[in-house]
Amino acid sequence: MSQVASAITSLRTAPWQLWASQLVTLVRIELRKALWMRRSIWIYLVAFAPAGIIALHALNNPMGRSCTIQGDTAAMAAIFQFYLHGSIFFACLGLFTWLFRGEVVEKSLHYYFLAPIRRELLVLGKFLAGLLAAGLTFGVSVLLAFAIMYGHFGAPGRAFVFDGPGLGHLFAYLAVTALACVGYGSVFLALSLVFRNPIIPGAAVFIWESFHAVLPPLLQKLSVMFYLKQLCPVLIPPDGILALFTVVAEPVPAWIAVAGLVALCTAILVFACLRIRRTEISYVTD
Amino acid sequence: MSGNSQIVFENVSKFYGEVLGVNRVNLTLPPGVTSLVGPNGSGKTTLMNLLTGLVRPTQGRISVLGLTPDQPEEFFRIVGYCTQFDSFPKDITGYGFIHQSVRLRGLDAAEANRLTWEAIERLGMTDAAARRIAGYSKGMRQRIRLAQSIAHHPTVLVLDEPLNGLDPMARAESIALFEALGKEGLHVIVSSHVLHEVDKISDQVVLMSYGYVVAEGQIHGVRSEVKEHPMQILVRCDNPNGLASRLFSQDQVVEAKLNSDGKGVLVRTQNADQFYLLLNKIVLEEDFGLEAVAPADDDVNSVYQYLIGSGGGTV
Repeated sequence: MSQVASAITSLRTAPWQLWASQLVTLVRIELRKALWMRRSIWIYLVAFAPAGIIALHALNNPMGRSCTIQGDTAAMAAIFQFYLHGSIFFACLGLFTWLFRGEVVEKSLHYYFLAPIRRELLVLGKFLAGLLAAGLTFGVSVLLAFAIMYGHFGAPGRAFVFDGPGLGHLFAYLAVTALACVGYGSVFLALSLVFRNPIIPGAAVFIWESFHAVLPPLLQKLSVMFYLKQLCPVLIPPDGILALFTVVAEPVPAWIAVAGLVALCTAILVFACLRIRRTEISYVTD
Repeated sequence: MSGNSQIVFENVSKFYGEVLGVNRVNLTLPPGVTSLVGPNGSGKTTLMNLLTGLVRPTQGRISVLGLTPDQPEEFFRIVGYCTQFDSFPKDITGYGFIHQSVRLRGLDAAEANRLTWEAIERLGMTDAAARRIAGYSKGMRQRIRLAQSIAHHPTVLVLDEPLNGLDPMARAESIALFEALGKEGLHVIVSSHVLHEVDKISDQVVLMSYGYVVAEGQIHGVRSEVKEHPMQILVRCDNPNGLASRLFSQDQVVEAKLNSDGKGVLVRTQNADQFYLLLNKIVLEEDFGLEAVAPADDDVNSVYQYLIGSGGGTV
């Protein structure tokens, strides 16, 4: 009881205002770096590739000449699956692992470690900055892809979006995109604090995420994709080898999927916070 | 002096795997300028990194004015560390570098701006502040890091080889700055290979070799503990030949020889205090015209040579 009371007291007396101010400064610094760094170019290319592909499709089929809204809705769902498995996954790998690894490579992490800022706040600030950068990039890309996909149908497309299920699909795609950034962001941020080179563990995560459907039910719940797939607005028929990526073995309600994903990411971020407490600067030693 | 005004290392060891960083270090550093002296690989940087929490001790405890790096909000408000890493965040200007670090302290933009310019001006970097650090010379990079480490007015300033890369003018200015900060009551802990320069400003020295603290304290005290090397004292007088012959037969004098410039006698003695009494007596009896008496090897460089020697590494 006394421990609970002391925890409440320390929470009350904690310097929340200072932490908030430090967090805002940190996010601003990191967001600028994440959005404008030269190595972000490939992330933008990967992010906007689906919009480019859909734009080519739209140019070949002006006013939906030889395609249907139903067909394109299914195509959009399939493209989005690849987007989740490929583009968002690898872009998050590049973006979030670089948040700390980049500082180590450039030998500038010690400046943060020597600032009067809690290391846990450093993890949170970098994660939020990465999340904003990724969310903004992929959110805009999804929005663009969606607008082109239904825009090229003209009036029927507009009707599908504003009078039909289109707007709901768009919000669902955006929400899943944001949750994917949260999920993969936390995983890769934590990985970068454990491994010096995140390529091999990144590949392992890719295999885990891709083939989670064949794992036992309990292990499936340790996959980001397990939750994301259930939130996608349009289900893809589980045909052939693609079934591995699209089948949902044990569907759960949407709110459980969201809560489960948030719980998983929170656990990963807590691990990252504990890890960074013990992190030492070791680019060189005397 | 209470532990809350000192930097205390209690039985601190640090191993990097099987490689020794520092071993069983027990130190108490009072305010003033403390020089860490030792060859490359002696553990100076490790000691500084341990002090600031960049690395964690394998065993032992460190407290800085009663605080530890586990309380970063309080700890780094009073500690500034200018590391040896010659690296910066990408594409940043000198001003941006300091301003960013001050803003992370939770200060508002106006206060951060004031502290940033104050530090920049103190290190004479005003003209270059708006330029990108990537275009700076080594000396300028060193100075901007120094400015960043003092911008928040720390009580404890840790400087790892701060004179590296500085031209003679900047060296002199930096040394004057360290000296002034030490006199203001700050703890200034400085490691340097330029022994004759740190010697001038050090209130105490810590000599390190192979991860061990070989000696610590005020340089005079450390020197007097080095019994195997008799103390050298240079006596300048109007008749060095006469004084040398008079001293030669005394028990306290191990060796007496004419100084290389011929204007004094270089004496080696096991007991400096007794020698000074003896010298007073001889001067009065023989009526020598005494001009100056000064220890000739009561400095960091000599103590370093005696305790660590040239075999210890680069100095």
